[in-house]
Amino acid sequence: MSDLTDGATLGARLRAGDLSAAPAALNLVENRSPASRVESANLLRETSPAAIGHDATGHLIGVTGPPGAGKSTLLSALVAAWRSDGRSVAVLAVDPSSKRSGGSLLGDRARIVVDPGDSEIFIRSTAAGEQLGGLAPATRAGAQALSVAFDVVVIETVGVGQSETDVADVVDTNVVVVQPGSGDVLQFLKSGIMETPDVLVVTKADLGQVALSARRDLSAALRSLGARQTEVISVSAIAPLSGIVELIAAIDTHWAGADVGPRRLQARRRHALADFLAEHGASGLRALGGRRTAMAWLDEQEPGVDVPGLTALLEAQATAGS
Amino acid sequence: MIRTYAGHSTAAKSNELYRGNLAKGQTGLSIAFDLPTQTGYDADHELARGEVGKVGVPVAHSGDMRTLLDGIPLDEMNTSMTINATAAWLLALYIVAAEEQGVDQSLLQGTTQNDILKEYLSRGTYAFPPAPSMRLIADMVAYTVSEVPKWNPINICSYHLQEAGATPVQEIAFAMSNAIAVLDAVRERVDESLMPQVFSRISFFVNAGVRFIEEHAKLRVMGIVWDELGRDRYGVTDPAARRFRYGVQVNSLGLTEAQPENNVQRIVLEALAVTLGRNARARALQLPAWNEALGLPRPWDQQWSLRIQQVLAFETDILEYPDIFEGSIVMDGLVAELLEGARAEIAIVAEHGGAVEAVSYMKAALVDSHRERIRRIESGDLTVVGQNRFTETEDSPLTTDSEGGILVVDAETETQAKAALADWRERRDEAAVSAALDQLSATARDESANIMIPTIAAARAGATTGEWSQTLREVFGEYRAPTGVGEASGPIGDDDLREIRDEVERVSGALGRRLKILVGKPGLDGHSNGAEQIAVRARDVGMDVVYEGIRLTPAQIAASAAQEGVHVIGLSILSGSHRELIPAVVDALRAADVDSPVVVGGIIPDADVTALRNAGVAAVYTPKDFDLTAIMRDIVALVARHNDVPA
Repeated sequence: MSDLTDGATLGARLRAGDLSAAPAALNLVENRSPASRVESANLLRETSPAAIGHDATGHLIGVTGPPGAGKSTLLSALVAAWRSDGRSVAVLAVDPSSKRSGGSLLGDRARIVVDPGDSEIFIRSTAAGEQLGGLAPATRAGAQALSVAFDVVVIETVGVGQSETDVADVVDTNVVVVQPGSGDVLQFLKSGIMETPDVLVVTKADLGQVALSARRDLSAALRSLGARQTEVISVSAIAPLSGIVELIAAIDTHWAGADVGPRRLQARRRHALADFLAEHGASGLRALGGRRTAMAWLDEQEPGVDVPGLTALLEAQATAGS
Repeated sequence: MIRTYAGHSTAAKSNELYRGNLAKGQTGLSIAFDLPTQTGYDADHELARGEVGKVGVPVAHSGDMRTLLDGIPLDEMNTSMTINATAAWLLALYIVAAEEQGVDQSLLQGTTQNDILKEYLSRGTYAFPPAPSMRLIADMVAYTVSEVPKWNPINICSYHLQEAGATPVQEIAFAMSNAIAVLDAVRERVDESLMPQVFSRISFFVNAGVRFIEEHAKLRVMGIVWDELGRDRYGVTDPAARRFRYGVQVNSLGLTEAQPENNVQRIVLEALAVTLGRNARARALQLPAWNEALGLPRPWDQQWSLRIQQVLAFETDILEYPDIFEGSIVMDGLVAELLEGARAEIAIVAEHGGAVEAVSYMKAALVDSHRERIRRIESGDLTVVGQNRFTETEDSPLTTDSEGGILVVDAETETQAKAALADWRERRDEAAVSAALDQLSATARDESANIMIPTIAAARAGATTGEWSQTLREVFGEYRAPTGVGEASGPIGDDDLREIRDEVERVSGALGRRLKILVGKPGLDGHSNGAEQIAVRARDVGMDVVYEGIRLTPAQIAASAAQEGVHVIGLSILSGSHRELIPAVVDALRAADVDSPVVVGGIIPDADVTALRNAGVAAVYTPKDFDLTAIMRDIVALVARHNDVPA
């Protein structure tokens, strides 16, 4: 086995802060062959809180929003700002797949402008694959592995609804991006289809009055939902830039005040269930007594168990239950 | 007016070429600029590598413009400049060159192409985002209408839309929507009383394909729509000012690499589309060379195209009659049909908020139309003689000379251009240049000021093309145009793809993850149709495709390939800079520890294929490889071999 397909070696490199291990780590977690799945579990084990003795130090940030909201342009500006702060950044951009052929066009990195010589920025595009809306197992695993090495790990997804909810489950800070005049987001928020974001961004502040009133409506909606702590930030990600510094501050403030430990524990449990589901499908879930029962059961497990361990426990439980 | 689109290598060599063409009976100039000049980079910029002097002449400053036009009387000349993002700058240099000849700007005649929307949609030589680009155009129009009144400040190009796959209806509708966007922008910057004069200065640059009867109808429709727009939207009362004025370059998209001699008859027939009926006859005509799909044409190839026009004009009786289609039921029917389609499409663009807002919509529509065209050629529904039918051929004596029947630009050109640029910077008044650029920057920030004035001052002071552009990039920001591929819908002829799709699944299964390809366009070449179609087809056969659009450096491509973990890299180049850029990309990939195979597509002369293979390229595809599915089969097999996946 080459060092580039050895999960433990890659995990150790990431733990040592070797950012150049990122591409091979992603190749590994995306690989569905039986041998790679074993190595992928080794990588997760090597980068788990149990192995490193504390929660990974990288800030996991979700950036979601409907198509055309200006996520990539915003991300371009955010990445530049983080880099000028000296923070290393990984971006996992999740694109929807073409249902017909299984192939997909991963166009998002095109719009994130970076210096190609900068070794502390890593961008990876991933197809959502066969997952219905939700996050691919590889994205969860990749985010966990990279968060031991990078200062900031962003998961970018398109759309609101299932994918947005899944991202909210994985990250420490969930940023939702909307453009002025997108009333659907307001409706989603009010109806509870969409989880309350940690930070809400209204793009295209250069539009002036429209952007201002969008911001006002969203703030009012959030207040009526009791989500007073959610900051609403207006930005313009095209020249002249505005609001980026404020947005970064809001994201940092949220993280500083967030209870990261329990949030990540919850994320690991959902991650294990997602991995189990990807492998065993609906019949596996039935053997566990359904999603709710499975989650409740996971909640009773030792907090220190890593994702591969939790997945193994689920498999044992399913076998016992069926 | 008869002219040939020309320019290459250096200002001095191009000047020699122009004087030669004028001596042969050409009646105007048509300047082709190289890609660094068109996109606003100096020869010493990283992105200019391999592109200096390739598809046109490099003009870096007023000294280059002086050399380029040396001995050509500018008060008598009608000069067409194919320049867009940097049009304001090149016009300023032209005005300064005229000053130096003692010719007042009010006497200058000619055209700057200056159509930025089609750069986002098709040609790719944009420099700034849409809003400031539209302001640059509006400023130029506002300036020329009073100071350079005989100048056509903008030439709305439907030409490149057809090259990108536009149907006749799309060509009419998108061009007219584009014109509306420009005129509306100008309206905000000039007095309303000047609008009829502005309207009358807008000319068009259209395409003519080989279906020349329908193409002629298209031009009649454009005339009708333009007349209505002038009357109803801009209040132009004088019918003469509402006349649809256009120049033509006939179709390049349909020119083939296979049996290239057939292109001569295609060019002749396409020329008929724009000359047959007097009511919709072109003002200026330029014809491509028969060997354009092979590489850069030589002076002799261009002479041939010039002679075609002269035979049409001086030997045939085409110019002796009034409009020969007047009263034709067939022509009237075609016109009515296209007119209805175009009006509907113009309304859709308007619903998107106008042409600027509809760039993404139009781009995706063009990618779709082009895909349909390729599908029809692949399936044989559309006959292309020598390419998908009647393909047997004798050896051609036209392409058997040592260079393969094309012009090869001296590799020293770039080195010399860099040295000349350094020398220019050495000799100029640095303080004057930086003061002029500061003024330019201040004006750019002030929406109400006209940017032409500090631009002309910067040209006089000795600033360079790259400096002018960089100053504005800092104010306006940079921009990446939509690629259109993400929105492209699924394939139509699904059955044809089943076999290859199964093979992609099988190989992906063996690899453990889905076969992933990076499609990249290194360099400044913005002709992205080929890359877009490869990207869409790769997706349709089941691959994960990373496509980042145009204008990438070797370092950017290498970084993407490494980070994305792609199994294969496909590069596309049409500008002739493959000899420099492809080996540079391969080196950058290997330096980034990417050992995935590289394939190349583009206008690659046979003579260069061996060199590319020696540089580490696994396969080379040229315009004769029109069967995209066959290319996909090759790529899948290549990836399988590279990863020891059994057949």
